[in-house]
Amino acid sequence: MTKRGKNVLFVSMLLTLTIALGGCAGDKEAKDSNEIAQTQTAAAAGTESSPVEKESAAQETKDVADSHITIGIPQDLDSLVPSLSQGAGTQEILFNIYEGLIKPDSDGNLIPAVASDYTMSEDGLTYTFTLRDGIKFHNGNPVTVADVKYSIDTCAGLNGGEPVISAFSNIESVETPDGQTIIITLKESSSSFLAILATVEAAIVPADVDDLQTNPIGTGPYKFVSRSLQENVILERFDEYWGEPAHIQDITLKVLADADSIVMNLEGGAVDMVARVSTTQAAEFGDNFEVLEGTMNLVQAVYLNNAAAPFDNELVRQALCYVINKQEILDFVSDGKGTPVGSSMFPAFGKYYIEELNDTYTTDIDKAKELLAQAGYADGFSFTMKVPSNYQQHVDTAQVVAEQLKQIGVTANIELIEWETWLNDVYQGRDFEATLVGVDASTLTAGAMLSRFRSDAHNNFINYKNADYDAAYANALAAEAVSDDEKATQYYKECETILADTAANVYIQDMCELVAIRKGYAGYEFYPLYIQDFSKIYITE
Amino acid sequence: MLMKSFRKKYPPNFVIGAVITVVMLLLILMSFFYTPYDITKMDSASKLAAPSFRHLMGCDNFGRDIFSRVLKGMENTFVIAFLTVVIGTAGGVLIGAFTGYFGGWLDEVLMRIIDVVFAFPSILLALVFVSIFGTGRYNVVAALGVAFIPSFARIVRSEFIKYREMDYVKSAQLAGVGRLRIIFVHILPNTFTVLMSSIMIGFNNAVLAEAGMSYLGIGVQPPDASLGSMLSESQTYLFSAPWYAVFPGLMIILLVLGFSLLADGIKA
Repeated sequence: MTKRGKNVLFVSMLLTLTIALGGCAGDKEAKDSNEIAQTQTAAAAGTESSPVEKESAAQETKDVADSHITIGIPQDLDSLVPSLSQGAGTQEILFNIYEGLIKPDSDGNLIPAVASDYTMSEDGLTYTFTLRDGIKFHNGNPVTVADVKYSIDTCAGLNGGEPVISAFSNIESVETPDGQTIIITLKESSSSFLAILATVEAAIVPADVDDLQTNPIGTGPYKFVSRSLQENVILERFDEYWGEPAHIQDITLKVLADADSIVMNLEGGAVDMVARVSTTQAAEFGDNFEVLEGTMNLVQAVYLNNAAAPFDNELVRQALCYVINKQEILDFVSDGKGTPVGSSMFPAFGKYYIEELNDTYTTDIDKAKELLAQAGYADGFSFTMKVPSNYQQHVDTAQVVAEQLKQIGVTANIELIEWETWLNDVYQGRDFEATLVGVDASTLTAGAMLSRFRSDAHNNFINYKNADYDAAYANALAAEAVSDDEKATQYYKECETILADTAANVYIQDMCELVAIRKGYAGYEFYPLYIQDFSKIYITE
Repeated sequence: MLMKSFRKKYPPNFVIGAVITVVMLLLILMSFFYTPYDITKMDSASKLAAPSFRHLMGCDNFGRDIFSRVLKGMENTFVIAFLTVVIGTAGGVLIGAFTGYFGGWLDEVLMRIIDVVFAFPSILLALVFVSIFGTGRYNVVAALGVAFIPSFARIVRSEFIKYREMDYVKSAQLAGVGRLRIIFVHILPNTFTVLMSSIMIGFNNAVLAEAGMSYLGIGVQPPDASLGSMLSESQTYLFSAPWYAVFPGLMIILLVLGFSLLADGIKA
């Protein structure tokens, strides 16, 4: 054999070896996340991206199995401070770390959390909470009434500064007469106050921790361990949790910003669970996965900037509504799954939801053309539709919408943007013509969906301005103030109807939620709100 | 005898490369005027349909014809790569020619800037550019084009340094010929062989860079197609509809292979 031949042989052997070794590494990783529950050795778990201090903790609590799950999330958390969090995708995760005085359960009822009990005065102005006995923060310190006062004051802007939660500007004072009692007094009674108090934004945080952003401390079933930006967030079960403790010891939240990689990550074993996979993705999974079906509890729509031409013209907006065929969208994007909606309200809201509004606009191309002609756009127009690229369902829907709009000569240019850019430019900067996203509710009060469309609402990102709407909303609030629920509901329904009639947005659907979870894990519960509750998940084998 | 001289004149690399390239260029040319189906036309009845005589390469998840989209995707990829190379070459020749011919402080300053740009991978540079100026095909062209300038500038500069000391240049200078004329008429044509092969290689890199950018979702925006964006979209369906990923991937390979072989042949 010549010298050159030897060299070639050597190099090719080296290559083969490298590939073989590489293959082993991949295999091992997959096995680790699969079988971690069975091996049950702290050492094995220690190799799988869990921090060092975990090992000793596992040994102390021998009675519970050492378990781990990796969950894929579509974007990194925008903030770890509950009151500053914006994205629904962030708040649904923070739900596991933080709790308010009260919190929603999986039926949408409000249950006591940091408070063990509460009463409301007859006039609806004074709420008296009793602090839960022996409740602790993740750092081991007991929760005091001072912490509660500090948290609520911060959200209400009573510590100086703007109210973080606008509805909390209604709070007159927070008093703590003794070490057990918190009394919150309102300026006007409000039927939605408790629901807002139950959101993660109003979570109770320690008063003596300066920087929650780097050191998030709450009272929830999971505590924060570490975070790599745009990569992962690691949580660990809080063993001193006041309620029923979580089942799984360690959670890794892996950021899967690229929607296309979800199937690969699941099939490859890098991730065990992803909420909100698309129906097409769900069809790809083999027998290793179970796909659970629920609703997403949001309103997916083409949100139109009502202040930007041509969408400042009601006729144009209506024309778009007449073109869109919701059923066709569902057929293309989600195999027909999902619930078409006609206004900013989804079915989980029960009494507030008006199903008939879905029929406000039935697909009628001629009518749409006529309206466009009346508005002076007989030849159509073109606009840019910004779509967050990490939500495949929205990207797919946008393509079908663009295709449907072509029928009346309207060109929708899709621009895919990063989620962070969406928050900055579209939601905060209001610099957009149209955007296709889902808007969710943080509480099951009508205001959670409807307050943002008041002319002067700080989060009215579509710049909707309608005097009738403002009046109806004010009436609803007035009716609530005197606890006339029936009348308030009636006014809220009027608001929804106005939104539909004036075609504030091109409403599409409440999307179906499919959760892919590896066989061997179970217990996932759907909430009627945008919430992921990891504490209920357990291991079956 | 005839065969032998043909082989000698045109090595097999060149012939294969030329055939592939010509076929690809013809397909691209055709896509400007004709695709079998409208590339955005959706059809719920043929969602993820397998390849057949009606749809040569099958259909995607919206029931759109993949063959038509591959044609359009090739066109988009080609146009972007072409414009990128044009910008890269134009900028590279200008900077390379002036710095190479004049030398001095201008040379120092420009070449240090080029070094800085060169230090970053072109994709990374393009990503930064796009995150500042927004997505879209022309931004991608501008970004990649700028990122491609340094490699051309260096090659042209070294050629000019070589030629500016040659006797024919010196005598032209003595004869009072203008500097610009010396640069563009006397020296530049001599660098063509070197320039040609780096253009070919640059084109290949541009095709791959565009595919990479579109794969990441910052090139051509949906529902328009490029080979990279099709690869990205098809990833979800790799198991249930493999043809969706295979054909765009195959086209990238052919496009790049054709030009590589051709460049190889030209050099030989």
